[in-house]
Amino acid sequence: MKSAQTIANDVRDGSSSAVAELQRSLARIAERNDELNVFLYVDVEGATAAASAIDERRSRGEDVGPLAGVPIALKDNLCQIGIPTTCSSKILEGWRPPYSATIVDRLIAAGAVPVGKTNLDEFAMGSSTENSAFGPTRNPLDPSRVPGGSSGGSAAAVAADMTSISIGSDTGGSIRQPAALCGLVGMKPTYGLVSRYGLIAFSSSLDQIGPFAKTVGDAALLLEVIAGHDPLDATSLPEPAPSLVAHVNDGMAGKRVGLVRELYEGADESVVASVRAAAEALREAGCEIVELSIPELRLGLSAYYLIAPAEASSNLARYDGVRFGRRVDGEDVTAMMEATRTAGFGAEVKRRIMLGTYALSAGYYDAYYGQALKVRTLTIQAFARAYAQVDLLLGATTPGVAFKFGEKSNDPMAMYLNDVFTIPTNLAGDPAVSVPFGRGEENLPIGVQLLGPPRSEAQLFAAARVLEIADGRA
Amino acid sequence: MTTLTNGWEIVVGLEVHTELLTHSKLFCGCENHFGSEPNTNVCPVCLGLPGSLPVLNEQAVELAMRIGMALHCTIAPSTFHRKNYFYPDQSKDYQISQYDLPINSNGYLDLPDGSRVGIERAHMEEDTGKTTHLGGSGRLAGADRSLVDYNRCGVPLVEIVSAPDIRSSAQARAYAAELRGILIATGASDGRMEEGSMRIDANVSVRQANAPYGTRCEIKNLNSLRSLQRAIDYEALRQVELLEEGGTVRQETRHWDEDRGETSTLRVKEDAEDYRYFRDPDLVDLAPSQQWQDAVRAALPAMPAERRAALIATITQPSDAQRDAIEVVIDLGLEHYVHSAVAAGADAATAISRVANEIAADLEHVANLSPAAFSATVLMEQSGALSATQAKTVLGELLEHGGDNPQAIAAAKGFEQLSADSLGATVASLIDAHPDEWGRYREGDDKLAQFFIGQVMKSTKGQANGKAVIAELQARRQGRSQD
Amino acid sequence: MSSPLQREDVARVARLARLTLTEAELDLFTSQLGQVLEHANDMSALNLDDVEPTAHPFGLINVFRRDVVRPSLDRDVLLSQAPDAESGRFAVPRILGEAP
Ligand SMILES: [Mg+2]
Ligand SMILES: [Zn+2]
Repeated sequence: MKSAQTIANDVRDGSSSAVAELQRSLARIAERNDELNVFLYVDVEGATAAASAIDERRSRGEDVGPLAGVPIALKDNLCQIGIPTTCSSKILEGWRPPYSATIVDRLIAAGAVPVGKTNLDEFAMGSSTENSAFGPTRNPLDPSRVPGGSSGGSAAAVAADMTSISIGSDTGGSIRQPAALCGLVGMKPTYGLVSRYGLIAFSSSLDQIGPFAKTVGDAALLLEVIAGHDPLDATSLPEPAPSLVAHVNDGMAGKRVGLVRELYEGADESVVASVRAAAEALREAGCEIVELSIPELRLGLSAYYLIAPAEASSNLARYDGVRFGRRVDGEDVTAMMEATRTAGFGAEVKRRIMLGTYALSAGYYDAYYGQALKVRTLTIQAFARAYAQVDLLLGATTPGVAFKFGEKSNDPMAMYLNDVFTIPTNLAGDPAVSVPFGRGEENLPIGVQLLGPPRSEAQLFAAARVLEIADGRA
Repeated sequence: MTTLTNGWEIVVGLEVHTELLTHSKLFCGCENHFGSEPNTNVCPVCLGLPGSLPVLNEQAVELAMRIGMALHCTIAPSTFHRKNYFYPDQSKDYQISQYDLPINSNGYLDLPDGSRVGIERAHMEEDTGKTTHLGGSGRLAGADRSLVDYNRCGVPLVEIVSAPDIRSSAQARAYAAELRGILIATGASDGRMEEGSMRIDANVSVRQANAPYGTRCEIKNLNSLRSLQRAIDYEALRQVELLEEGGTVRQETRHWDEDRGETSTLRVKEDAEDYRYFRDPDLVDLAPSQQWQDAVRAALPAMPAERRAALIATITQPSDAQRDAIEVVIDLGLEHYVHSAVAAGADAATAISRVANEIAADLEHVANLSPAAFSATVLMEQSGALSATQAKTVLGELLEHGGDNPQAIAAAKGFEQLSADSLGATVASLIDAHPDEWGRYREGDDKLAQFFIGQVMKSTKGQANGKAVIAELQARRQGRSQD
Repeated sequence: MSSPLQREDVARVARLARLTLTEAELDLFTSQLGQVLEHANDMSALNLDDVEPTAHPFGLINVFRRDVVRPSLDRDVLLSQAPDAESGRFAVPRILGEAP
C-alpha cells in the first residue's frame, strides 16, 4: 500500500489518478470486508464522483490539495451529509445526517476521498469493537483477535490496506489502543485542536478526533489538514492548525524524555521490554531519559469511568425516538421513549448511561462526579509538574497485544483496565501518540506511547519518527 | 383584590421568563421569530441532532446584562449547566441553563408605591419547542397524539426570580407591570404576554404574620396581569381555607384555569425530578469584561421609574387620573412627545392627556406624527386657536396622514378661530337672550359660566374655545360693575 | 469496602434514564456497576476538599458567535428523517404530563 503522501504526490503530478487510487481501495475493501467487517457503509457512488471531480480539476491545472485523491475511511460516529451514520447502534439505523462534520468538509477541501464509514464500539464505548450492534471487526493481522476499540474499524481499514489513512476518535484511548493493536501510528491531539462539530458525542470534555496511518508522516499530514479553529465548536482552540509535516524529521537531540513507571507497570513483559527499548532508541537519538513516577495517574481510571459515563448519560438522552432514528412504539410518549431506548441501545451503552446517571444523581454527585472532577485537576497538575522537568513522557499504550474475541467482553472491569495507560491524557486534555515498536506474542505488534504537554504535536511526531526509524520500518 | 382575614398573610415570589429580542437563537444561527411556519427555523443545533454543538450568542449576553443592570444586579462570571429531563418539546432532552453561577444575581426592583422587591437572580437559558395536542379537547389531558414544532426551541430566555417579598396580589401585579416596563425599556424584550414572550409563574404561600414561610405552590399558565392577580387571590384563599380546616398545603405545581377562575393540581412535587445538573462540557465559562460591562451600562436607557418621575415633575400635584395617564405614556414609551411639547412652551397636563388618549388610541400610525407637529397642535389648543375637540381632530389627521403643519389642517377643516369681535358679539347676544342667567352670573354664581359656554358652542358649532368664552364673560362682568 | 450500590438504585437510575431492565439485567448490572464503583473507592476515599474541580481541560472563556441569522435546514429533509410527522411537525404518542 502506498502512503497517503505518495498517493497525493502521484495524483498531483499525474502519475496516478484519484479514480485509480479509489479503485485500488474499493477492490481491497471488496476482497476483505466480508471477513473483517471493517466498513458499515461504502459510498461507491459518492467516492467515485469525488475522485472523478479531482481528476478533472487536476487536468484543468487546479491545485487539488495536500490529500489529493487519497481514499480515507471515517469512523461511523462522524456526520457526513446524506451518508448513513449509525455509531454502530441500532438506535441510529437508517439515519442520514443533513449536515457534515467540520473535519469532513476540511478533508474534502484538501482533496481526500471519503470511501465509507467504519465500525466502532457502539457510541465509541468499548475497547475491542465487540460492542458494535453490527458485529465485531476482526484484526487484519490475526482475525481471531480484536482490532481494539472503539475505533477498531478505522484501525483495521488501514491495517488491511483498504485505505492508507483513516479518522478515529479518542475519548479514553480509542485511537491509540487500536493503533497499538493493529501496528499503526495513531494520535489523540490536544483537546480543542480538532473541531468536534459533527462528531457524535460520547463524552464531550474528553472526545477528540485524530488520525490513523501506517507512517508518522501520513499521520502528521492528516492531522495538519483537519486541525485548526472552528467557530462552530466553542471548545475549539483559537489558533490555526500547527505546522506538523515540516517538523517530522526534526529529531530529538538534546530533549528530555520521562519514562513513567505508572505508564507501563503491570503490562506484559514484552510490552515493558518494548517500552525500555524505545527509551534506549530515544537515548541513542540524543535524548536524556529520566525515570519518573507520577502516582496521580493511577487514579485516572476511576475518574474516567465516572466522568465519561456522566457526560454520556446526558449526551445520549436525545435518542428518544422523537426526531430521528429508530422508534419503538408505546402507549404514551414516555413508554415510547423507554421502549425505543431499551431496544435501541446495547448492553455496554446501557451500563454506562446508568453509571453516569447514578454518578450525577441527587445525593451521589459529590462523592462520584464531583470527586472525579477534582481528580482531573490532580491529573492536570501532575502532568504539568512532569512537563516542567521533561519535554515528553514515554510509556506503554496497552497492557498487552491484541486479545482474542470474548477474552474480556464478559467482564467490563477487565475491559476497562485495558485503557489504564491511555486515559490520563484524555483527562488532562493533552496530546499523545501511539507508535509501533517491537513485537510481542505471536509476532503481534506492540505500541509505545509518547505523551506531551498541550500543543506539543509537532514534537510528539518528531519523537515518533525517531522510533519509527529505530524500529526499522522506514 | 381579596383581603385575607384572621391574621393570614400572602407570600409570593415570581419567576418571570422573558424571550430576548435577538435576531438569532441562543446557541445557533436560526432566526428568533414568532409565528413562522412550524419547524422552518431549525438546524442541527437547535434540533439536537447528533454531533451538533452550541455556540453562545453574544447579543443575548448583552441583553441579559442590560436586564441585570436595570434590576441593580451584580454581574458575575457564570457557567452553563445542563438540566436533564426527558420531554418531547426539548430537543436534546436537557435544557442548557445557568445553575449555581448565574450571570445576574442579588438585585432589586422598586415599585411605584415605594415598596422594594428583591431579585434573587436573572439567568440565561434556552426556550423549549411548542406542542399541539390532537384529539380530545385539544388540551394536553385527553389528547391521543401530540405534534411538536421546534421553532421556539433554543430561543434565548432570561429567567428573573424574585425574592418571596411580595405580600399581595396587587403588589404582584405591580411588580410584573413594572418589570415588563423595564424589560421593554432595556430593549431586551417586547413584553408581549399574549404571544408568550413574557411568561409568569407565581410561587404562593400563606402564613400568620411573621411566622416562618408556609408550604408554597407554584402556579402556572398565567397569561395576563389580570390572571396573575386573580390566581394569587384564589390560591391564597384556597390555602387559608385548607389550613383553617386543619389540613396541610402540599407542595405542588398548579394550573390556573382562567375561565373557571380556579387552580388545580398539575404535578405533585413529591415525585421530584432529579435533574442531574452538571456543567455543559460543550460551552466555556462566561465572564464579561469590565470594559464590555461599562459600555453596556453607559448605553442603558432611562428606566420607567426615572421617566415616570420626570413626567410627574412636570405637573404640580398630579391627580390620580393624571398619574394613570403618565403610566400610559411611560408604558408606551411616548414621553418624547410630552417633553417636546413642554420644551416648546406647552402645558404638560394637556400634552400628557393628548398622548395618553389620542396618540395611544392610534399607535399603528404613531410613526406619522412628528413631535414638532404634536407640540404645535398642543400650543394651538392652549392659545385658544383650537378648541379641545378641534385639537383632537387635528391630531387624528396628523396620525392618519402625517405632515408638519397643523395650522393648514385646521384651516382646511374650517377650524378658523372665532375672532374676538365675533366671539364678543355672540356672547353679547346670548346675554340679551338669557337675562336671568346673566344676572345670577353677575351676582357671582360662576357655575353659570358653563351654561354660557354650552350656548356659545351650540351657536358656533364647537368653534369657540371655552377659556376664551370665560375670559369674555369675566371681562363683561367686571366691565359692567365698573360702570 | 463494599459497593454502596443496591438493586433499587439501579432500578431508580434506569427509570431516570428511560431504560427498562429485566430482572436478570437488574441483577447483572447491579453487580457490574458495583464493581466499577468499588474500583472508584480509591478515589472517593481521598480528601480533596482543597482541590478545585476541572470540568474542562483548558480555561477558555467568552467564546461567542455574532447575532447573525444563518439559513435553517429544509423542513422536508428533517421530517423525512422523523419516525412520525404530521402537518409539518414531529408527531409523538400522547403526553401524560406537563413539562417539569
Ligand atoms: Mg428555568
Ligand atoms: Zn438552529
